[in-house]
Amino acid sequence: MEALELARWQFGITTVYHFLFVPLSIGLAYLIAFMQTMYVIKKDDKYKRMTKFWGKIFLLNFAVGVVTGIIQEFQFGMNWADYSRFVGAVFGGPLAVEALVSFFLESTFLGIWIFGWDRLSKKVHLACIWLVAIAATLSALWILSANSFMQEPVGYEIVNGRAEMTNFFALLGNKQLWVEFPHVIYGALATGSLFVTGISAYKMLRKQQVDLFKASFSIGIVVALVSSLLTAFAGHDQAQHLMKSQPMKMAASEALWHTSGESAPWTVIASIDPAKQENGFQLEVPYALSILSYNKLTGKVPGMLELQAEYEAKYGPGNYIPPVRTTFWSFRIMVAAGMGMILLSLFGTIAVVRHKAETYRRYLRWMLPAMALPFIANSAGWIMTEVGRQPWIVFGLQKTEDGVSPLVSAGMVATSLIGFTLVYGILASVFIYLVVHTVRKGADADVDADESHGQNHTPNAGVTPTASL
Amino acid sequence: MLETTWFILITVLFVGFFFLEGFDFGVGMLTPILGKTDTERRVMINTIGPFWDGNEVWLITAGGAMFAAFPNWYATLFSGFYMALFLMLLALIGRGVAFEFRSKLTNPKWRSTWDWVIFFGSLLPALLWGVALANLMRGVPVDANMNYVGTFWDLISLYSVTAGISIVLLFLLHGALFLSLKTEGVLRERARAVALKIGAWTSAVLLLFVVLSYFETDMFTSKGLSPGTVPVLAGLALLSVHFFIKAGRDGWAFIMTGATIVLSTITVFMLLFPNVMISSLNPEWSLTIYNAASNAYTLKVMTVVACTTIPFVLAYQAWTYWVFRKRVSSTDHLDY
Repeated sequence: MEALELARWQFGITTVYHFLFVPLSIGLAYLIAFMQTMYVIKKDDKYKRMTKFWGKIFLLNFAVGVVTGIIQEFQFGMNWADYSRFVGAVFGGPLAVEALVSFFLESTFLGIWIFGWDRLSKKVHLACIWLVAIAATLSALWILSANSFMQEPVGYEIVNGRAEMTNFFALLGNKQLWVEFPHVIYGALATGSLFVTGISAYKMLRKQQVDLFKASFSIGIVVALVSSLLTAFAGHDQAQHLMKSQPMKMAASEALWHTSGESAPWTVIASIDPAKQENGFQLEVPYALSILSYNKLTGKVPGMLELQAEYEAKYGPGNYIPPVRTTFWSFRIMVAAGMGMILLSLFGTIAVVRHKAETYRRYLRWMLPAMALPFIANSAGWIMTEVGRQPWIVFGLQKTEDGVSPLVSAGMVATSLIGFTLVYGILASVFIYLVVHTVRKGADADVDADESHGQNHTPNAGVTPTASL
Repeated sequence: MLETTWFILITVLFVGFFFLEGFDFGVGMLTPILGKTDTERRVMINTIGPFWDGNEVWLITAGGAMFAAFPNWYATLFSGFYMALFLMLLALIGRGVAFEFRSKLTNPKWRSTWDWVIFFGSLLPALLWGVALANLMRGVPVDANMNYVGTFWDLISLYSVTAGISIVLLFLLHGALFLSLKTEGVLRERARAVALKIGAWTSAVLLLFVVLSYFETDMFTSKGLSPGTVPVLAGLALLSVHFFIKAGRDGWAFIMTGATIVLSTITVFMLLFPNVMISSLNPEWSLTIYNAASNAYTLKVMTVVACTTIPFVLAYQAWTYWVFRKRVSSTDHLDY
């Protein structure tokens, strides 16, 4: 394989891997902040134990998210030097702002939150976790404004063969950003909340600390329902915007080779033949694609072959059709996973409202594997977005093949690809092992020990299993 | 003017990184060596527990700032020092998760494994930064298209390894003194004793590095910014450390290693100015703050953002050190 292909694999693997942890961090941060707020308002110790229990898993997850984030930032320069030179004057901006505004805030206040339980007043300590959640959200905003530039370049001009920023606020006001950002944030809340409900369901099934986990489940399931519905609505907005900004991605995600008639049907599944540029078998729902694209029963949707001709006239000869199968199927996987999330959380919310969640044991058993759904949806969504943009690295401005580091050899990229992937594998295994371990142990029983000031910890308090239970 | 401002800001970010992460790298390297029991090692880790992640953000910010302000510097440096960066990233990944993972199981083997990950995760970046800085000072093979045409092994020489070792020693000293301020009892005594020993070695190796720089670089003759008395002050600060420890003034000793780190970093960047990457093939091909920079508008926007946020960052990070100003004791609640 050539350096280009290897660099693309590395970017894909790192990004998808990193984004398994990021949405869980953002989602859990808000849920934990909410739980701790309940503790501070209600002064009920249950919420403190809850906060600490989910906090442990949050920190494990956060650690992996942070370290993979560093690679994410540095790999542009390592593998994509020509891309970095071309867009640095625009794209580098949001990345630097992200570090200055969000990372500092997030890391500093997280450190204070972890170690500050008995050093700060309750309210100041609570403010720390809220700041972490807000900083994580802002971080997503900045990074997505950078990504949005790759999808839909704005606020720039091309000078001496590179993109230069001309309007910072145009980057922040990018229409693409404001359909992408809500979709990602709601998706993150759905990820965090379905994680909480999944683990809580497991603990309820095993009848361990039912009181605490029933409450966690109730909080989680309501957030899951609201956020997965909002994710779907935001996704719909994004699809409509896609029609205007990147019709080729839209056409590929529908495997639509030829421009549709006045009312476009939605293809549920199809057997796609990219070589012959046609579909064999396909199952269609009439009118649905027009509704999806324009909110009305009529409206033509341009096909890939027509767009290809149009782009060739505009950008010169070349293949402008992205990998159709990947784009088509990743979109469907995302939508199916999202539907599953909505249905399961709707059922769960009804169960909680009727005070029957504990008794629906079959449903609770389903909620454990259902934890995977948001992760599948998040990954599939990014694969669709990034693969569907190909052959462009910055839509309309630079092709992916022109962005790679010219003198970094395939051997070097292969070494780092194998090295990082191995480390990711080890990290994932250890992470899962420790999460399972933490869940099995359950919430601490003696967290209020630090409340009663007279109580001293023994010198080896940190190592005795009872103290760390 | 804007380019110079950004060169200074990036210097500030690296100064922040080396000063702050310097002592937590040092503590990381000292943990498995000075900590005889698990509790002692836990105490040592907890001295940097609330801070290390915030300290590391100075590096991430420096990387982001280079990308935004000097895209060509970022692209040439990161793609050129590829394998060195790869190793550093592996080290930082291991170290970052180790702090979180180690306390989750009580098995001694598990803990000792992660302690050694912390050790190497702290040692390797320090060593590699030394190697990188020496090469930035000496110049590396950069072609007319701003691409690095050497290999990883071209970066390794007696000179660059000496730089690496002096940074490792400096960070060890800085870390030992940080421990002398944040621990008590035998651990504190051990930290002070090791600081005295490392102090002498640090001065010797750093002196060797300065001598080698005279032969290896043209910094002493070039027309860049003359650092004047800055490096002299850095040397004096380092020499004073010994006397402050002897006099029992650990706080001053720590300030003095900090001053050495800050002043040495400033010296390196002053000598480099206005170059950011010197080409050893042809001086015409060197990257400077002018041919590596972003356009004026981008630099202006970034200046506004940086100058409004950095004071806040300094303020709340300082507050963190205030909140956790007490020495960490083995009778504290240690596991988090």
